Amino acid sequence: MIRIPRMRTGASTGAEVAAEDWLQALRASAGIAVPLGLLVLILCVILGAAKGIQYTLDAISYGSIFALLAMGLALLFGVMGLMNFAYGELIMAGAYTMYFTRSWGWLGMIVITIVVVTILSLLMELLAFRPLRRASPVTLLITSFAVSYALQELAWTDVLGLSHRFNATIGTGPQKGVQPYPWLTHQFSISGVLISKLEIAIWIVTLVILLAMTFLLRRTTLGIQLRASTEDFRMAQLVGVRANWVISAAFGITGLIAGVASLLYIFRNGQVAPDIGQGPLFIAFVGGVIGGLGSLSGAALGGFVLGVVINILNASLPFKLHSYALLFAFVAVIAIVVFQPEGLITVRGGALLRVWRRFRKPVTEGAPA
Amino acid sequence: MLKLNDVSVHYGRIAAVQGLSLEVNEGELVGLVGHNGAGKSTTLWTITGVLRPSAGQITFAGRSLLGLSPDAILRRGIALVPENRRIFSRLTVGENLRIGTSARKDRRHADQDIAKMCDRFPALGTFFGRRASTLSGGEQQQLAIARALLSRPRLLLLDEPTLGLAPLIVDRVFESLQELNREGVTMLLVEQNAARTIEVADRTYVLRSGGRIAFHGTQEELAEVGDFETAYIGMAAAE
Repeated sequence: MIRIPRMRTGASTGAEVAAEDWLQALRASAGIAVPLGLLVLILCVILGAAKGIQYTLDAISYGSIFALLAMGLALLFGVMGLMNFAYGELIMAGAYTMYFTRSWGWLGMIVITIVVVTILSLLMELLAFRPLRRASPVTLLITSFAVSYALQELAWTDVLGLSHRFNATIGTGPQKGVQPYPWLTHQFSISGVLISKLEIAIWIVTLVILLAMTFLLRRTTLGIQLRASTEDFRMAQLVGVRANWVISAAFGITGLIAGVASLLYIFRNGQVAPDIGQGPLFIAFVGGVIGGLGSLSGAALGGFVLGVVINILNASLPFKLHSYALLFAFVAVIAIVVFQPEGLITVRGGALLRVWRRFRKPVTEGAPA
Repeated sequence: MLKLNDVSVHYGRIAAVQGLSLEVNEGELVGLVGHNGAGKSTTLWTITGVLRPSAGQITFAGRSLLGLSPDAILRRGIALVPENRRIFSRLTVGENLRIGTSARKDRRHADQDIAKMCDRFPALGTFFGRRASTLSGGEQQQLAIARALLSRPRLLLLDEPTLGLAPLIVDRVFESLQELNREGVTMLLVEQNAARTIEVADRTYVLRSGGRIAFHGTQEELAEVGDFETAYIGMAAAE
């Protein structure tokens, strides 16, 4: 916790900084709320009010998972320039852990899964990435591919004597992966809108994690060190930030996020397979690029938006075009990369922020007196 | 306190520093001047552990610094104010100061020291909650110096602290460096502004290109070498 020592303060106080944070958060959420509102409206017109709202809520819960994943990717990318493609295998590991602990009751399953995934993430750093501390980003990227494939192959093969138990791919075997808890996925109706406890849980969990991350980054010493390392890793080291400590912390945090995300994802889908992590990783990665991997909030927003768009396309496209949902989404991505290469929201303020600036008064911050 | 003995640093096959020896004693303000590309910054990056010397010894307080990581070297008591200040522009002024205390364990004293820094450099107190990028160049330099001092270094390395600052601000920076030195902070000051550096420093090393020492001595000794400024500029032009 940072306590700001009392001193003569002319312009700004702690309270003012907090207010500024909130203002930023408000601005960002307004940036999401306006397009989302439009989306709801369009869907409601096309599908009727109840269906439209239901699709939107469903899309929000789907997008939330990718917001979490994209944020995890962005954290590692920012701190150590690593685009971690082995991140998907954390989700796979989470899925398998859930499968093996499915009879332990939901609380045990949740706790064990999060712990296992976090530990795996830390091990990944220790064994694969720590020896490459002075390596170039390209080396790190290729290493992450290697780790990704190694873990996937481990899941495919019979090394642990696991796969034959469920015919290699659990989803195609006798069991359908992790059976959904009926009380969690049972849909109930609020004036025609079908909704499940799981969806509500996904919104709440995502919101809690986003708020916790904001708090961590803004208000704790570790958070300041992470942000400083993201901006200038070498300089952070030169003022005494321990490189190993911040990188381990970043891997720990992303592992935690991946653990939670895999729980939400598998509770929603149920399927468990060695390559289960690939799809979500890809969407989170592209979403992160859209939002800008240079900033956590940007990446989270990008992952969210892409998740929502893909889900809505899935829901609204005619059945024949279903398999093209990703195609449409990625055409949009190419357009964004062409016209806004640094992402919609970036450190310096991307397109969304620029649009927003037109609507508000000139900022008081700026040149010092 | 700090000793460089016959240190060479190479970028690939190009030697940036060759056979450099220098010494900084407790309480001294030592200058290191030379023209562009003489190897001044390379020397500092090598002392702080960012670059590895290809030959030679670096010792601090009797112990070798070779092979230590930058954060370990900071913990030994050497802090750097780097060229172009390199403050964390996305962090607030207060957070920049806070991160300067990362290596310290005495939280309570660290908080007091932050408050003291804000007394010493009033601009930092005034803009405590602002983003560091909104500070002016001179204020950013103050922030960079304060950030380095907050680790309570035994030796402060400064890399061109007056670069790109208005003449009036340059005077202020040199004044505050002298003031800090009088308070007991040992410093190694790297500068292009040779005349001013020789004036304020106890001793000054003059580098010529390739990182070799051309002259070394106090203000008076260097004055005896001849018209120093011409010698220095002439040397710069010749190489």
